[in-house]
Amino acid sequence: MERYRILPHTADGKFRAFGATREEAFANAALAAASLMWDWWAIRTVQSHPVAVQGRDLEQLLYKFLEEIIYLFDAKNFLLGGVEDLKIEDGGENFRLSAVFWGDEAGGRYEIFGAVKAVTYNEMKIELGCGGWTIQVVVDM
Amino acid sequence: MELERIDDNTWEIPRHGEMKVPARIFASRKLLESVRGDSTLEQAENVACLPGIQRMSYVMPDAHQGYGFPIGGVAAFDLEEGIISPGGVGYDINCGVRLLRTDFTEKDVAGKRKELLAEIFKEVPAGIGKGGVTKLSVGVLKEILVKGAQWAVENGYGMADDLRMTEEEGRMKDADGSRVSPRAMERGIPQLGTLGSGNHFLEIQKVDRIFDPETAHIFGVDGEGQILVMIHCGSRGLGHQVASDYIQSMEGAYGVTGLPDRELIHAPIHSAMGREYYRSMCAAVNYAFANRQMIAHWVRDVFKKVLGSSRGMGQIYDVCHNVAKIETHAVGGREKELCVHRKGATRSFGPGRKELPEAYRSVGQPVIIPGSMGTASYLLAGTVEAEALSFSSTAHGAGRIMSRHEAVRRFRGEQIRDDLAKKGIELRSTNWKGVAEEASAAYKDVDEVVRVSDEVGLGRLVARVVPIGVMKG
Repeated sequence: MERYRILPHTADGKFRAFGATREEAFANAALAAASLMWDWWAIRTVQSHPVAVQGRDLEQLLYKFLEEIIYLFDAKNFLLGGVEDLKIEDGGENFRLSAVFWGDEAGGRYEIFGAVKAVTYNEMKIELGCGGWTIQVVVDM
Repeated sequence: MELERIDDNTWEIPRHGEMKVPARIFASRKLLESVRGDSTLEQAENVACLPGIQRMSYVMPDAHQGYGFPIGGVAAFDLEEGIISPGGVGYDINCGVRLLRTDFTEKDVAGKRKELLAEIFKEVPAGIGKGGVTKLSVGVLKEILVKGAQWAVENGYGMADDLRMTEEEGRMKDADGSRVSPRAMERGIPQLGTLGSGNHFLEIQKVDRIFDPETAHIFGVDGEGQILVMIHCGSRGLGHQVASDYIQSMEGAYGVTGLPDRELIHAPIHSAMGREYYRSMCAAVNYAFANRQMIAHWVRDVFKKVLGSSRGMGQIYDVCHNVAKIETHAVGGREKELCVHRKGATRSFGPGRKELPEAYRSVGQPVIIPGSMGTASYLLAGTVEAEALSFSSTAHGAGRIMSRHEAVRRFRGEQIRDDLAKKGIELRSTNWKGVAEEASAAYKDVDEVVRVSDEVGLGRLVARVVPIGVMKG
């Protein structure tokens, strides 16, 4: 199954990510966002960062989840190379997500060719179709 | 969408449905075509529906679709009934432009152009993930959030005169750094004094044409061939995180039902949440002022080193392109205080405004409009008419018309560098893909944007400048 597809957008970055489950689609959305900045598949998975976010709905959960990638890059110099153990719980008022980001520290080793400044809600979609889950996101670049 | 023609460069969406005021678009027929090609006009309509909006929802000549508010959108809100919205300011809070003059001419730098650019490239950190040269403590960062460019000057970056020639004197006094999240600060600490990437750049320019010699002279622009330096950058990750944090907090406080677009989330200006966002936004504005102040200082150092002197390198002005400010404007025949959101728009105060430095009070403020990479940029002057036309606002740049994706498909960074070299423009970058994304063909024609600004009276033409050296992040 195709993990994600980058779509044209006038000012910024837009993608659709796919998954048989919600969790898989979220993980692929993280890889899609990373792919706008570096080749995630070339990043050694030698460091890990646990990620835990909450959202009032799935959209906010996704927004905050993707923002972790930007935060870890800006503040910790961390390049995402893979996502593991992603779980989403619908717990009463809030949705909860936990996952482990694997990757490496930026340095001379990797080329960084794009900067995602922020996640946005613009044209954001999280849908369950007959082929599985589809997530659409526009990020500010 | 139905548009009413007011004149050749002015169009209106009459009030309908939920709109509290009409939307007004300043664009030539040519510019209007691209505005109609995306959702700019729907977004301007959505803005017109927000509580407490005054007069009209305005769209500048370089507008394109944004998140919530369009880029190139200007909207002012009543302080009692109105709102403040992070989406009305944008993620890159106080993305802005600083313009330095010099006493040098094209001839003085002819043999030194490469060296100048190479040295600037060495001194000014730029590019994605590039940290600054200074390792800040949280305590110092908090001071910067409150004091802005003033902190930089006190710490040896630049001159006191620079502050006078900066909007808000380089410091928004309502700033409160205590509500800026630890996460925003963590993103801001390594990035102070860095240019960043994307559309941000630093250019060595020469004056190409002067439209109004008298005003130009007052601004410190004395003749064709004079060398200027333009610095275009913002509040980096700190500002982006402040925007994002308050979008989330406002969702928590007010919910998202009834919003046509989730990025239109807002809070009443007088509410605790509204005030808190405003003060945190001011802190991010200050971070950006300090950022440009430090970069300007390093540029002067390089000129001193390479050309033997940085004399005459005073600051023409420093303007914000993404900001919300409390300003006094006339509404319905009386003066009142408003919260003016400018998202991808430049303030263009005309003669007489008390906010302007004395030197500029007779001619209006310098309005600095950068073009796309390798094309012309413009220096305009604010006008009295702009107050009634657009709450004293005009365009901020060229405005994108092609996606980054498409630009990368069509252009190669190295080819752009070679093409610019043939035109006598030196280009240095950390990232050739980024250069391809910023190809000038991906942008609107800045000449057309400023022509409309001048014809309508939003900001009048003073000088045109062209780059001779470009540094991209």
